[in-house]
Amino acid sequence: MAQAIRRVTIVGASLAGLRAAETLRRHGYDGALTLIGDERHRPYDRPPLSKQLLLGTWTPEQTFFRQKDGYEPLALDLRLGVPATSLDLRGRRVTLADGTWADYDRLIIATGARVRTLPGIAPRPGLLVLRTLDDAVALREALTTATRVAVVGMGFIGLEVAAACRSRGVGVVAIESLPVPLAPIVGPTLGETLLAMHADHGVEVRTGVTVTGIYGEPRVAGVALSDGSRVDADVVVVGIGVVPNTEWLESSGLPLDNGVVCNGSGEAAPGVYAAGDVARMANVWYGEAPRIEHWTNAVEQGVHVAEQMLGSADAAPSFSSVPYFWSDQYDRKIQFVGRARPHDEMVVVDGSTAERRLTALYRRGDRVVACLTVNQPRALIKYRKLLASHPSWDTALSDISAT
Amino acid sequence: MKVVVDLSSCDLHGLCVEAAPEVFEIADDGALRLLNETPPDDLRAKVDKAVRECPTGAISIIE
Repeated sequence: MAQAIRRVTIVGASLAGLRAAETLRRHGYDGALTLIGDERHRPYDRPPLSKQLLLGTWTPEQTFFRQKDGYEPLALDLRLGVPATSLDLRGRRVTLADGTWADYDRLIIATGARVRTLPGIAPRPGLLVLRTLDDAVALREALTTATRVAVVGMGFIGLEVAAACRSRGVGVVAIESLPVPLAPIVGPTLGETLLAMHADHGVEVRTGVTVTGIYGEPRVAGVALSDGSRVDADVVVVGIGVVPNTEWLESSGLPLDNGVVCNGSGEAAPGVYAAGDVARMANVWYGEAPRIEHWTNAVEQGVHVAEQMLGSADAAPSFSSVPYFWSDQYDRKIQFVGRARPHDEMVVVDGSTAERRLTALYRRGDRVVACLTVNQPRALIKYRKLLASHPSWDTALSDISAT
Repeated sequence: MKVVVDLSSCDLHGLCVEAAPEVFEIADDGALRLLNETPPDDLRAKVDKAVRECPTGAISIIE
């Protein structure tokens, strides 16, 4: 089958798309390989955007995965700055915004996600988001003169932005609609711990309120909240999640439901694969087909679809992965592996919330389903490995006492 | 192959330890340690996996 593949097109030039391209070449695929990206930049790494780039310790160039000459060995037809606008499955053709097209006999969809915006709020100077390199550069520039930033949404991106602002000495008001930020992901206790950490670093915290409007015309001057109060700010950063980039696929007939729905091979239709933030790939460990927005997931799925496509000997029969993500805030590294649900029991098995250095396990019935660590990377490594086998609570605890 | 780790960018995610435990470990002092700087070629696939999964790009292979 591999011999029959002569033309692979990858739509989406971020982590999943790039890793897929690299994997195809590593396994000896020597046919045409087109990588299409809607941004003008070469593929870059996102985690540093809310960390090193905002802090000013990295230049934009340092986020590039490969420098210009690093693309020669991949022999790509690299088409940057041009979004895909439609897919013709029958004709095996992707049409691009500049009127050109890319034909394929195998297609990988890795178009990622874009930020969700506040409904009904018109864009204006000082109202910013953080998703792309351009976003990060604009925010960094704004922080050089900002005195008070309103961060809307205390998810991990919002919290990293808040931490970067405080580290730069900029005032921050953080606004979150939930009573406790991140409670659906890490549980209420550790959500409170993260909240307290930010408060201790001088972040003014407003939870349980939503944004009803933005003050300031033409430039942002503040935020109106659902409790009737007003928060003055010269910069507003909105971090309220992302939506998958599937609009260009709407007329294609591919199964779309909060992402491209695909099987354990990553296939959404014969010869058409999806990977990364845009994909809902069946995941054996997870037990369903979640859409996962983590760095590691993009790598694993990019590699997986490439190996499936080639029928590589390394290819796992079906995708199986324990979700993993991390976040750096102030001098703390928060790492999370697995999947906790709101009613799972959380137990701190090492360290404490008071020292903000801890290992917590999440329990559902007699199984451990997730692990969160704060500044305990070795424990995270141990539990990430253990979680793959859906360990019992007793197994996990005896593993602790054994070390 | 020769494996090189830039310890200044290592962030201790430990994905390399999972990918190639024959080559990488987190030592008792908490730092990443290279167990074998010149692993045999039959570990190539594992070391490749460690390279591509490293979130900070700290690992490289010098042919």
